[in-house]
Amino acid sequence: MPNSQLPKTIKETREGVLDKKFTAVKLVDGYLARIEKNKDLNAFITISSEAAYKKAKQIDSSLQDLPLLGVTVAYKDLFLTKGVRTTAGSKVLESYIPVYSATVVDRMEKAGAIMIGKTNCDAWAHGSSGENSDFGPTLNPNSKDYIPGGSSSGSAAAVSAGLTLIATGTDTGGSIRLPANFCGVVGLKPTYGAISRYGIIAMASSLDCPGVFGNSIEDVEAVFNVIKGPDGLDATVTQDPNLKSKKNNSKFKVGIPREYFVGGLDRNVGKSVLEASQILKKNGVELVHVSLPNTKYAIDVYYIIQPAEVSSNLGRYDGIRYGADRTLFGDEAKRRIMLGTFVLSAGYYNAYYLKAQKVRSLIIQDFDEVFSKVDAIMAPVSPTAAFKLGEKSSDPLKMYLADILTAPANLAGIPGLAIPYGKNKEGLALGFQLMGPRFSENKLFELGKLFHLE
Amino acid sequence: MAKLTKADVLHIAGLAKLDLTDAEVKKFLPQLSSIVDHIGILGKIDTSKIEETSQTTGRQNVFREDEVTSEGILSQEEAISGSDKIHNGYFKVGAILSERSDK
Repeated sequence: MPNSQLPKTIKETREGVLDKKFTAVKLVDGYLARIEKNKDLNAFITISSEAAYKKAKQIDSSLQDLPLLGVTVAYKDLFLTKGVRTTAGSKVLESYIPVYSATVVDRMEKAGAIMIGKTNCDAWAHGSSGENSDFGPTLNPNSKDYIPGGSSSGSAAAVSAGLTLIATGTDTGGSIRLPANFCGVVGLKPTYGAISRYGIIAMASSLDCPGVFGNSIEDVEAVFNVIKGPDGLDATVTQDPNLKSKKNNSKFKVGIPREYFVGGLDRNVGKSVLEASQILKKNGVELVHVSLPNTKYAIDVYYIIQPAEVSSNLGRYDGIRYGADRTLFGDEAKRRIMLGTFVLSAGYYNAYYLKAQKVRSLIIQDFDEVFSKVDAIMAPVSPTAAFKLGEKSSDPLKMYLADILTAPANLAGIPGLAIPYGKNKEGLALGFQLMGPRFSENKLFELGKLFHLE
Repeated sequence: MAKLTKADVLHIAGLAKLDLTDAEVKKFLPQLSSIVDHIGILGKIDTSKIEETSQTTGRQNVFREDEVTSEGILSQEEAISGSDKIHNGYFKVGAILSERSDK
């Protein structure tokens, strides 16, 4: 089948396979050809052709009405995939082959998805550009001198370039929303506790959220519904408590938070978000000015709590049971381990870590207060659009500041949906994020779909 | 807050079991100093009446039955498959005890 004829949505894929318009094997042929043609993007660390063909043949020999039948999925290389190398983007795990799979992977497999490969990412998810990968940076498919965003760099780039229909990522401080925004695709950071983290290499355990990249909100929603919910293996996961409540038919209210539009925000980014908000208004949504006063402290709270949890989680890589020696950690991993160790150490714990946990409560209070007045918040994802390779990589602090508008949602455990909207004059994607209270994904999907009508 | 010193970096690296070269210590010191400086801004905020947040689910004491199922365990072969430094089904580690000198 010609490359250009690969189905564009989950619906088209499922129906095409079930109606025998095309075989799953032909789909795999098509995607692998595209991946080969675009290998300069460096979106993949491992291409799992053998596993993909095996699954595709299984599907073709016994068609079943499954929600993700024939859908290609690329997993960020933090997701353990049994029998398929998983590196976390790091030389420490360059040869690691997991003996079990993440719950997210198992559920997608059972739903009929075809794993096409493991995507490139900043090592250990430490990064906002993709440049911290030990396997070379991924390029932005819209303009190859630019970074695609991170840490789920390969996943965002792969969906944007059509190398896979769906990709998974993790968002700890913005690592799904940021690359989704920089690459012009839809990216969902779910509620913390909506999706099991079992089998996903841990970065910061009170902040990590597995999530999804897709080309449309419908596709992202379909995958979310397959992977969400308790599995008995992650104590933070519950069913959506709103499942049984009736749908509210009154008008939506969306807040525009002033602190997300202050100095430092690129003019075109801000302009594009405000233009997009007018589409909501045209569809009967009431726009409300709101304030989240502690937003300016979120990045510092994040860069205390996250490295602290990282220093603990990366303690398991001792080179004894799996992986290589700790000297193979890259610079960014070493920096974050040390930062975390420092803020947890005797004499500094109260001033830094405990203090950050208290300011975290203030940030959560801000959101609770605003969500008592509005259904969702609309804001930019990052102060700028995608930047050039090398532009921020020599200054760690400068790179950290890319997260100032995404980290607050992680600290509060709330969902964020990144939606593309327009392009700047360099041809780079623009867009915005919608954030809502915990377990409000359905509202975010509904609001987001209003943009499809344009 | 006081500036970070070389001794601080070496102390932290020791706690974190990171073997840093002299060049690395020299490289990381100014970077860590500037980050620690930035995050110190939180010291200005009054949090005297605020309780800390460790996680956002609001859940506590989540228990399950103490049952072992075949799905939830790895075979010994699976469990040691991640390393090639194996002896009789055990992981080999560097010795931490030395021979007695008074034998």
